[in-house]
Amino acid sequence: MRVLNLLKIAFKAIILNKMRTLLTMLGIIIGVASVIAMLAIGEGSKESIRATISNMGSNMITIRPGADDRGPARGSGGDVQTLTLKNFEVIKEQATLLSYITPVVNGGGQVINGSNNWPSTIYGVNPEYLDIKVVGLQNGSMFTDAEVKSASKVAVIGQTVVDNVFPDGQDPVGQMIRFNNIPFKVIGVLEEKGENTFGQDQDDVVIAPYTTVQKRILAIDYLNQVMASAISEDDAPEAVTQVTEILRSQHKLMDNEDDDFTVRSMEELISTFSSTSEMLTILLVAVASISLLIGGIGIMNIMYVSVKERTKEIGLRMAVGGKGSDILMQFLIEAILISITGGFLGVVLSLGATVFIEKFLNWPTSVALYSIVISFAVCAITGIFFGWYPARKASALDPITALRYE
Amino acid sequence: MSKEIIKIEDLKREFVMGTETVHALRGISYTIKEGEFVTIMGSSGSGKSTMLNILGCLDQPTSGTYEIDGVKVKDLSKNELATIRNEKIGFIFQSYNLLAKTSAIENVELPLLYNSKVSTEERRKRALKALEMVGLGDRLHHTPSQLSGGQQQRVAIARSLVNNPVMILADEATGNLDTRTSYEIMSLFQDLNKQGITITFVTHEPDIAMFSNRTIVLKDGNIIKDHQNENVQSAATELAKLPKEDH
Ligand SMILES: Nc1ncnc2c1ncn2[C@@H]1O[C@H](COP(=O)(O)OP(=O)(O)OP(=O)(O)O)[C@@H](O)[C@H]1O
Ligand SMILES: [Mg+2]
Repeated sequence: MRVLNLLKIAFKAIILNKMRTLLTMLGIIIGVASVIAMLAIGEGSKESIRATISNMGSNMITIRPGADDRGPARGSGGDVQTLTLKNFEVIKEQATLLSYITPVVNGGGQVINGSNNWPSTIYGVNPEYLDIKVVGLQNGSMFTDAEVKSASKVAVIGQTVVDNVFPDGQDPVGQMIRFNNIPFKVIGVLEEKGENTFGQDQDDVVIAPYTTVQKRILAIDYLNQVMASAISEDDAPEAVTQVTEILRSQHKLMDNEDDDFTVRSMEELISTFSSTSEMLTILLVAVASISLLIGGIGIMNIMYVSVKERTKEIGLRMAVGGKGSDILMQFLIEAILISITGGFLGVVLSLGATVFIEKFLNWPTSVALYSIVISFAVCAITGIFFGWYPARKASALDPITALRYE
Repeated sequence: MSKEIIKIEDLKREFVMGTETVHALRGISYTIKEGEFVTIMGSSGSGKSTMLNILGCLDQPTSGTYEIDGVKVKDLSKNELATIRNEKIGFIFQSYNLLAKTSAIENVELPLLYNSKVSTEERRKRALKALEMVGLGDRLHHTPSQLSGGQQQRVAIARSLVNNPVMILADEATGNLDTRTSYEIMSLFQDLNKQGITITFVTHEPDIAMFSNRTIVLKDGNIIKDHQNENVQSAATELAKLPKEDH
């Protein structure tokens, strides 16, 4: 039996049974496409979180008072008062792996310009803050160390604040605003950064010298946070250790005592978030596996039924001299053709779907090669197995038994 | 004396259906020599098809032996049986068994598809010739659903001829044909028989039996009569005698 003849027979059978072929393929197409698309959504959100976090400054290290609460994205260190300006100065002096460092004090309040009123957050920092956050100015200038020293009432504001308290479109630089009734002179406007991954508007800020904020706004002498950046991303873990040691000795902690502060690098934050999105991916994988399973059962059903209903045909082919192996080959080729074509169309559909999801739903997606391989393999193997298995059973019958099959 | 192409001995075939056993063949024996034209007769349900299926290596007897050309069929593997069916036997089913949605010519080609010795052109040529022999040269691309019952039957006959078999087993091959067409077919079979092909022909019609040189009559799974036909008629002559308007 020529393989060419078998190919011809299989091809004919596929053409003759368009509807059945289509249904089988549909099972495979949907199975493959849904798995790839879902994994692409999972991968995509993971990557986008990673990208956003590194965009926030991948070398960034944050130091907060209070023990590690493992809660990411906390606004402030609460009212724990153990982080002092002295601590900041010692870290700045002793830590060798940090390139920039700033104290951070922050608090909420009203920004007022004439009759315009906007609730926002003020951050008291030093000029190095901009380098740590990797953000520039679109207009004006940053305050200087001298202005920090003298606790000048100057501020740099974000675009959201500009939009809300200068609605007429006038240049805010040089204008006076009030924050909680304390007048500040606007000397610069931050570059727009938009929302971060956690939905925080990074442009809804007022930045002023920490000395000013401490004295005039918050009336405190401790710090909410210290922010720094490591010399490089690779140095970040080592820098965290260094800072931890400095602070432990500053706080005179015994070896058996836990840290009363938290030092966190962006790297850590990334992994915390990656593990969150890992959960999402696992969930999506679970859903995808179920759809793959259902797709597989669908393929299995239709393949099984279609071979069963062709038992008579198998009987006839054997009656005119087809060997068991010929029959098996024919059905195997049919199953392979259907499964491979279906799998291929499924991949194409999934790629189309991810583009659609990205364009119109604005969800980030990233198609992983392994998802293509796995879903394709599962569907193809199910299709081929359930095309082959019933055919094998039928071809083991006596021709007349197969011919009599109803 | 020519050799024995079919030799069956005490052949039994039982069908077990639940608690009941149907004895379709109750132990029949006979031999058919090469070049014979045998008709098998008997009432409905007497076991004719059952017997023919066994002769065609499509079914296995419950007990007894069947030798084809001196070889015990029981000793042959499935693949060897498939090769015999493919190259030596032309089988015409009572219910035609054509592939649906498949053209007449492709149905006729089917046995040759499973014979790697036959090339594509050769296959087409032989299928065409077989269809012309049964008078369907103008229906090559009609599918079974576009053919009349008699035409479907003739496609089945063409399919049985296409592999140049040494023996033809026909199960009521003229059951659906008018007198003229069935005489034409019988004349074709007589020609083939003259070329040395052994024919076993199941029929209900006594006038068809007249064209063969031996008749075996079955009843309830037993042979009740097995006689030589002294006065074999020529189908071609009978065909000529038919009134023209009958056509
Ligand atoms: N697969 C089967 N299962 C059960 N019983 C069967 C089977 N095949 C045939 N029989 C029985 O065997 C007996 C003989 O059947 P067979 O088909 O050989 O009759 P036949 O002589 O060809 O009849 P007809 O002239 O109507 O075609 C019948 O009683 C039938 O019911
Ligand atoms: Mg019958």
